[in-house]
Amino acid sequence: MVTIAAEPGTKPAKKTTFQPRPTQTTAIKDSRSYTAFRVFNGIAIVLICAVTLYPFLNIIAQSFSSEGYINAGQVNIVPRGFNITTFEVVMSDPMFWRNYANTVIYTVVATVIAMILTTTMAYALSKKYLKGRTFFIGVAVFTMFFNGGLIPNYVLINSLGMTNTIWAIVLPNAISIFNLLVMKAFFENFSTELEEAASIDGLTTYGILWRVVIPLSKAVIATMVLFYAVQFWNAWFQAFLYLDRRELYPVTVYLRNLLAGATGTEQIGGEAGESTQIASNVRAVTMLLTTLPIICLYPFLQKYFVRGIMLGSVKQ
Amino acid sequence: MTSTQLSPGQQPSRGAPAAAVLAGSGPESKRQRPRKVRKKDLYQGTNRTDTWKHHLKRDWRLYSLLVAPLIFLLIFRYLPMAGNVIAFRRFRPGSNIFGDEWVGFHYIEMFIYDPKFWDVFWNTVILGGLTLAVCFPLPIVLALMFNELRSNTFKRIAQSISYLPHFMSIVIVAGMVLQITSLNGTVNQVIGFFGGDAVPFMQLPEWFRTVYVTSEVWQTVGWGTILYLAALTTIDPQLYEAARIDGANRWQQMWHVTIPGLLPTMVVLLVLNVGTFMAVGFEKVLLLYDPLTYATADIIATYVYRVGITSANFSYATAIGLFEAIIGLILILSANYAARRMTGTSLW
Repeated sequence: MVTIAAEPGTKPAKKTTFQPRPTQTTAIKDSRSYTAFRVFNGIAIVLICAVTLYPFLNIIAQSFSSEGYINAGQVNIVPRGFNITTFEVVMSDPMFWRNYANTVIYTVVATVIAMILTTTMAYALSKKYLKGRTFFIGVAVFTMFFNGGLIPNYVLINSLGMTNTIWAIVLPNAISIFNLLVMKAFFENFSTELEEAASIDGLTTYGILWRVVIPLSKAVIATMVLFYAVQFWNAWFQAFLYLDRRELYPVTVYLRNLLAGATGTEQIGGEAGESTQIASNVRAVTMLLTTLPIICLYPFLQKYFVRGIMLGSVKQ
Repeated sequence: MTSTQLSPGQQPSRGAPAAAVLAGSGPESKRQRPRKVRKKDLYQGTNRTDTWKHHLKRDWRLYSLLVAPLIFLLIFRYLPMAGNVIAFRRFRPGSNIFGDEWVGFHYIEMFIYDPKFWDVFWNTVILGGLTLAVCFPLPIVLALMFNELRSNTFKRIAQSISYLPHFMSIVIVAGMVLQITSLNGTVNQVIGFFGGDAVPFMQLPEWFRTVYVTSEVWQTVGWGTILYLAALTTIDPQLYEAARIDGANRWQQMWHVTIPGLLPTMVVLLVLNVGTFMAVGFEKVLLLYDPLTYATADIIATYVYRVGITSANFSYATAIGLFEAIIGLILILSANYAARRMTGTSLW
């Protein structure tokens, strides 16, 4: 990449996500030590990427390998004893599909609830003229640094009668304060002229939010939906804590029980006894299927995640 | 631009007095930045408009948007906070969430004299400290390394790969850790290749911290670079030019321009990391530990879980949890204070 350093102050017109600074003008040669560093740096980054990807490749390889080769410790990134019967075994378990469907339901419901609460709160708090705004922000932010703790939460959910219902999963984590602050910052930068115009045209606050602000905030809303959806898709502890019936589990808890069964200790509710030695290839396939939607969507959605976190950091 | 006459965020149709006050500031206001309008000025000449009654009447629709989220926060955040009172009260499952009768500091004394508590306390401090010491600086190094890459395609791909683990469920990460460190896993394959004996990592207390911190690095380092890379884009390129004219080589530029440019971000993230230091990955430890590794793996949060949920000693577990939460709060407040005193940057 060659960027001619133009007049100072003019920024390159091209909009790239991470373009920290124009590289050195070609007039000055890199010192030898710096060239050596760059080579070393490139190699190091390649190695880091390899290490990052390795566990995924390992899981994929194990999914297609036969158990004998895995137990003999001969599978790394190339499948040995290639077969797809493990997939058939895992997919033939109706409970797996049941729990997978639960995950989808929990994720959708929880994301919808979270988005409604987060958007309305962020919008109201973005209005600087709102009396008591600082107090309400304080109320929200304080919960980031001090929370009730495991036991009081557990006691509360139990006494609300939410145990073994979907509400124990979708309600308690409905507002993420970080997401709230990102959205608030976004709405604060929203053009006031548009809202004023809408208000003069007779729209109420609700109308402005629903017909003007939300349609024009699709980018930030998409990002927030993704953040929440990934969070709820990956969640397991709430479900583990508050659900006792297997048919209610999300797939993460299904997987967790497979792993716990495999280590043979630390089990819940007496099920999955030590005798159930779960084969490594079954575990690998379940892990692969559990995370597959994220891995498949990730390359396309990655830029939204990055954008979301950038929106948040603008504030600082 | 007529819009400059409106105070930011003020809706003209509602706050009619605002325009009247600002209109008097004259033509020279064009050159100045919009003057900061104080509420007092805004409502000058009108009668008692800065009251709650007035605001509620004018903005009731906005307040109505806050109702549901505030009820949520009240029930799911503040009620459990108040529920911590059962640390000082006897609690019977099934009765009300605030317990039945005062017992004073009974449960506090109980854990202070419980040697098991101090074991898990120090385990938490060590595990949290190691995580902080390793997982805080590495993203900075990686961000600087990314920054030195010249091929944009390579850089983008490398970044995408490094962010990926952040999006994996903890259950998946735990599963990967268990697979890779198992007797037939990759680590033992490598050991076997060099002629060593297989090590059952997850059953040996002395290995737990290493495995935990390594998995934490794997999952968090890539994503951790994002804020630093964002900060790098805000450094003025002229600073680099000036440094070059002064004869600074690349190392000196990095040391004297890049690092100071990253400092505010570092401080903010350090404050956050210190604040969450005691709350080290409860869920991950819960998935990875094993009675065999309790000696090093058991942390306050998992102890609370076992005492409270598994053995149903609710009040005792709450007392321990409350202790941990208060330490966390003190840590973040003091880290923030120290950051403000030393560098002028802080969270609030």
